[in-house]
Amino acid sequence: MSEILLEIDGQKVKAKTGMTVLEAAKAAGIRIPTLCYHEKLEPYGGCRLCIVELGAGERKKIVVSCVYLAEEGLVVTTRSEKIDRIRRTIIELYLAHAPDAFELLELAKEYGADRDRFAKEASFCVHCGLCVRYCAEVKKKFAVGFVDRGTRKEISFVPEIAAEECWDCKECFPLCPTEALQAAFVLMRALSL
Amino acid sequence: MDNDRVDQIIDKHNGEASSLIQVLLEIQSEHHWLPKSALERVGERLQVPRTRILHIATFYKAFSLVPKGRHEINVCMGTACHVRGAGRVLDVIEDVIGIKPGETDLELKFSLETVNCLGCCALGPVLEIDGTTHGKMAPGETADVLLNYE
Ligand code: SF4
Ligand code: FES
Ligand code: FES
Repeated sequence: MSEILLEIDGQKVKAKTGMTVLEAAKAAGIRIPTLCYHEKLEPYGGCRLCIVELGAGERKKIVVSCVYLAEEGLVVTTRSEKIDRIRRTIIELYLAHAPDAFELLELAKEYGADRDRFAKEASFCVHCGLCVRYCAEVKKKFAVGFVDRGTRKEISFVPEIAAEECWDCKECFPLCPTEALQAAFVLMRALSL
Repeated sequence: MDNDRVDQIIDKHNGEASSLIQVLLEIQSEHHWLPKSALERVGERLQVPRTRILHIATFYKAFSLVPKGRHEINVCMGTACHVRGAGRVLDVIEDVIGIKPGETDLELKFSLETVNCLGCCALGPVLEIDGTTHGKMAPGETADVLLNYE
């Protein structure tokens, strides 16, 4: 693995080939907000909160830092008026689904997001996929998955697998940025008893 | 659908996990829906987790996890058919069989769906029953067409 040198927020940062921009920033102690990132899991790029700007001047482009590989000489900006504005809207959209999620409210404070900008449609799950991916990639149990699509997409436990595996594990519970996961689990249990 | 038949379909695709959608499509077209036992068999044989099968089976409209009627009606609601009165055609069908789009009647005779453009707009309003296209449907005629199905 060779070393590459890039610049993040004006700071020279060393990274190894194969690292994402997010990982390079993290290693250098530069914080980029994330919701669907987890160090034990494959990059997912689902929440879009970790966007950053590449390049300088007129030729900037926005990329998703948790799936964008670091390159030699890259110039990265993690905060700008444009990035903040986009992040704010993303947070506001998530808050329409999970208005009381602590993690989201903290982010809202930081980015000046208005919790009530969009009409509430409390589905609680924000589709970050952490529970689904953790169960599949780390535990290899596949007890919880996504079903349906678009506005009706939701997580769903497979009752037969959950009955055997989940009670003693529950490692996905603290990963959920909202409480949707626990609610779904309780509901599934109630329905299958 | 018994497991032997499911196995035959799987064997035809050499039991490859990458053929998951093809296998599901074949079960769907033969059996008109995907019973749980068949999905479990597919999961075991192709070594695909059940969460993944369920994700796919609920993602595509082509799949159904509940029994479907013997005859599948697709009413076109595309723009051309819409302006030519597809709404009234659909109303008649709903009245005659007593179900809404996405539903199946209790005798499992008909399942009703709406689709967006069947690709023959000049024939609008169009409806399709078991793959046969019925064009230029006047609301009155629609009820007669349905009588032809047992
Ligand atoms: S239930 Fe929670 S962890 Fe699972 S996808 Fe939804 S928000 Fe993410
Ligand atoms: S952390 Fe990068 S998209 Fe969610
Ligand atoms: S709109 Fe009905 S066939 Fe095109």
